[in-house]
Amino acid sequence: MLTRLWSLLRYRRLDREMDIELAQHLESLEAEHRARGLSPEAARLAARRDFGAVARAQEAHREQRGLPLLETLARDVRLSLRSMRRTPVVTVAVLATLAVGVGANTAIFSVINAVLIRPLPYPDADRLISVSLTSRAMQIADLESAPYLYLTARDQSRTLERVGMWRVQAVNVLGGGEPQRVIALRVTADILPVLGVEPLLGRYFTAADDEPGRRPTAVLMYGYWQRRFGGDPSVLGQTVVLDGSPHDIIGVMPQRFRFLDQRSVDLIAPVQLDRARVFAGGFGWPSLARLKPGTTIEQASADIARLLPIAADAFPVMPGFTRAQLDGAKWEPLLLPLKQEVVGDAGNTLWVVMATLGLVLLVACANVANLILVRTESRQRELAVRAALGASWGRIARGLLTESVVFGLAGGALGVAVAYAGLRVLRTLGSSSLPRMDEIAIDRPVLLFAGVVSFLSALLFGLLPVLRYARPQLSADLRSESRGSSGSREHLRARSALVVVQVALSLALLVSAGLMIRTFRELGRVDPGFMRPNAIQTLRVTIPPSSLPDPVLTARRQHAILEGIAALPGVESVAYASELPMQFGDAATDLLVTQGGSTSRGELPQNRAFHFVSPGYFATMGTSIVAGRDFSWADLYEPRAVALISEDLARREWGGAAAALGKRLRGGSGLNIWREVVGIVGNVHNRGVSEPAGGTVYLPVLTDLAVARNVSFVLRSERAGTAGLLADVQRAVWAVDPELPLADVRTMGDYYGASLARTSFTLVMLAVAGVMALLLGVIGIYGLMSYVVSQRTREVGIRMALGAQRSEIGGMFMRQGLALTLVGVALGLAGAVALARWMSVLLFGVSPFDLATYVSVSAALIAAAGLASYLPTRRATRFDPIAALRVE
Amino acid sequence: MSKEVLQGTLDLMVLRTLETMGPQHGFGLAKRILQISEGILDLNQGTLYPALVRLEQRRWIRSRWGTSDNNRKAKFYELTPRGKRQLAEETESWSHTVSLMDRFLRNPAPENR
Repeated sequence: MLTRLWSLLRYRRLDREMDIELAQHLESLEAEHRARGLSPEAARLAARRDFGAVARAQEAHREQRGLPLLETLARDVRLSLRSMRRTPVVTVAVLATLAVGVGANTAIFSVINAVLIRPLPYPDADRLISVSLTSRAMQIADLESAPYLYLTARDQSRTLERVGMWRVQAVNVLGGGEPQRVIALRVTADILPVLGVEPLLGRYFTAADDEPGRRPTAVLMYGYWQRRFGGDPSVLGQTVVLDGSPHDIIGVMPQRFRFLDQRSVDLIAPVQLDRARVFAGGFGWPSLARLKPGTTIEQASADIARLLPIAADAFPVMPGFTRAQLDGAKWEPLLLPLKQEVVGDAGNTLWVVMATLGLVLLVACANVANLILVRTESRQRELAVRAALGASWGRIARGLLTESVVFGLAGGALGVAVAYAGLRVLRTLGSSSLPRMDEIAIDRPVLLFAGVVSFLSALLFGLLPVLRYARPQLSADLRSESRGSSGSREHLRARSALVVVQVALSLALLVSAGLMIRTFRELGRVDPGFMRPNAIQTLRVTIPPSSLPDPVLTARRQHAILEGIAALPGVESVAYASELPMQFGDAATDLLVTQGGSTSRGELPQNRAFHFVSPGYFATMGTSIVAGRDFSWADLYEPRAVALISEDLARREWGGAAAALGKRLRGGSGLNIWREVVGIVGNVHNRGVSEPAGGTVYLPVLTDLAVARNVSFVLRSERAGTAGLLADVQRAVWAVDPELPLADVRTMGDYYGASLARTSFTLVMLAVAGVMALLLGVIGIYGLMSYVVSQRTREVGIRMALGAQRSEIGGMFMRQGLALTLVGVALGLAGAVALARWMSVLLFGVSPFDLATYVSVSAALIAAAGLASYLPTRRATRFDPIAALRVE
Repeated sequence: MSKEVLQGTLDLMVLRTLETMGPQHGFGLAKRILQISEGILDLNQGTLYPALVRLEQRRWIRSRWGTSDNNRKAKFYELTPRGKRQLAEETESWSHTVSLMDRFLRNPAPENR
């Protein structure tokens, strides 16, 4: 076998050697004959006679040498290609259908492969975990770690090899041209060793770099190094000034390094945690760790649970807090594989999309099977003749199957091309809604997937013609080639079954797409808490303490910028705030303590969003003031201890907006002076409209404690999002302070859109899948009914000749088409229920068994199917009876 | 005797010829086989080559390029140890077959007695 395979590869050389050998044999024969006295001509002829047919010897030689199976395969492939060329329309239809089906699946699989299957790009990534806390008592699902826990775990853990803590921070970089605003990663020194990554240039932080009071150091990310320093290797030892504090550059990270899913990080700097100023509390620091080899997450969990009380004993409780409050939360460790933390719930979306596209591929296979059945039907006589001439059934089956596989693989190859194109769309659609999108590539596993999928599809749609045609029935087939006979009844049954399957799958897909549309509309109907977000321009400005230490002067400068912007043409109103809804989720939170509210009733204080806003903020955003008043500038400059709260918080704490006015509240940590509630405002969905509003406390941007230095200006203007407005705003800002960079220049509409990105992504994918399935299904019905009509032309002629009305004839065909559709719809409804139950996590405000969606989708599908069977039917009713009778 | 020879018998003839005469090229083999058959076998010499390929694939013979008597490059075939064993086996089974057929054809079948 191997020799044969080998000789197949050495085909040419062996052929040449054989030719030489045969020629020599002939020559020797000739020479012998000449020696016996024959003339050269006669000798040549005699030699030929003795030798026999040269070509036959060659052929026999080759046949003996080659692999018969491979050779017939090659012949079958050649035959398939030839017959594909003979029926270009069918071929194009089959290839296009497969290309789309396989392409869509390959594209989404490449996403799944990158996001869910491939490990994180760090060595031994399966030992990496994220460390956070959870509290059932306080209904906090996931609270990020804290310095006191980090220090305890670092020094006393028995299960963690290393542990690190990080936080993303926006900082201003000054000097060297325009002021810049960059994203810095503040880390403890051990975090990159946890990940196991080495710097490209220079060194990574040591424990010494992380000591408080040391001159700070920084490591650059590759992209920032290229952009800001042109990739200059002598950058080591230079200095960058971050928020007024000079940092020595000690290293550059490699190009492919990403810190988890943080795509915009520019540089990394140590936290320099001061142990003397660490309190028990102060959560909000994401933490990750590397397990010791052979340790399980459960063991690590138990270890951390052991350390929790030890840590609380080792550090003083955060001022304004009691130990009882800390313990009352009953914290439990929440340790997750790091990959799960990075990927989040993207898996839900991706698997649903993958499943729906898989269904589309099934529909496509059904369609292709149909086309191939028709094609094989027209070759029935050819197959019968071949069988009669002695081709074995196995041989014919192999031929038919080869043809399907050739179709499948060719379609698959085109599909990979489609996937390449599709990936571009997916990257754009998915970039804001899915993690790890920059790791997506069509690599070997993906190509393997495409190959296997196309091969399996080919077997699927190739099996039907084989079962149907490659069996002993030749006499019947030879005789009954003409239409209308019993042979095609079975054929019709096969095709009808395919159409039923198509209709069922399309219905299931359309229902899920319909449910996503309902979800999207329900989300759109939720009042986000602000109005006309597209007309709100936002931009972020930070005044670092190094350039202006005094809080009050800082607030005055922000106020001056605000007035400069307010004077611009077309700006209706302007304000600023420390956080915008949907910008960072719930970045700034604190425990809320109230007088006469939930904490007075003995409940534990809960984490609430604390936003710092300027006067006029609610008017600019379009958030209603339900009771009381807005902040005034006097509240800032006097300052007065006042606060505003959202309506849901007022109801929860004091039973209603009116009752809340005049009551007092304070924060649990740094915001711990009592403030009077002077106003109640509408609820705002800070974490996106699909999440509950959650309750927000608003404080003035300048309080007796501090000033919010990192603020987003919001301005309502019809010119929002235009370059002209931006240029005006920039001038206005720089007129006040020429060193201030503008960052995060977006409209509120961008944030709103981004919060819906996951849903829109799913919606688009499901809608595309549904429409493809619908088209394929309708084409299937149309094709089947056209076939039925053409098969029964003569019958129609006879019926008409006997006096049947055209409407009766039409009704006959329509009934047939609709019957198939109804069976498909019934099966499809069952499938849709299963699919919808599975995708219920993606739905919002709509039941997975939403009756309206099911009914309307079914009705639409039946209508489309009705139309698809009406068109061929109409042709049947227009037959001229005489002509119809004469057909064949 | 007809021009066609049974596949197995030609193989056997080639193996036997190679055993007695040592390495041979195709032409020499054909000549020798015809010579021994003394004109009973009218062999199409071209059919020898597929047989040679077959035998070579079974590793019963091997070939290499060498120089012929008239100083030309030619492909020589020779018996392998495996081929030798095969020849011994086949010779035995052949004589077995021959004696069996012989008995059948000479004596009347048992049922007919």
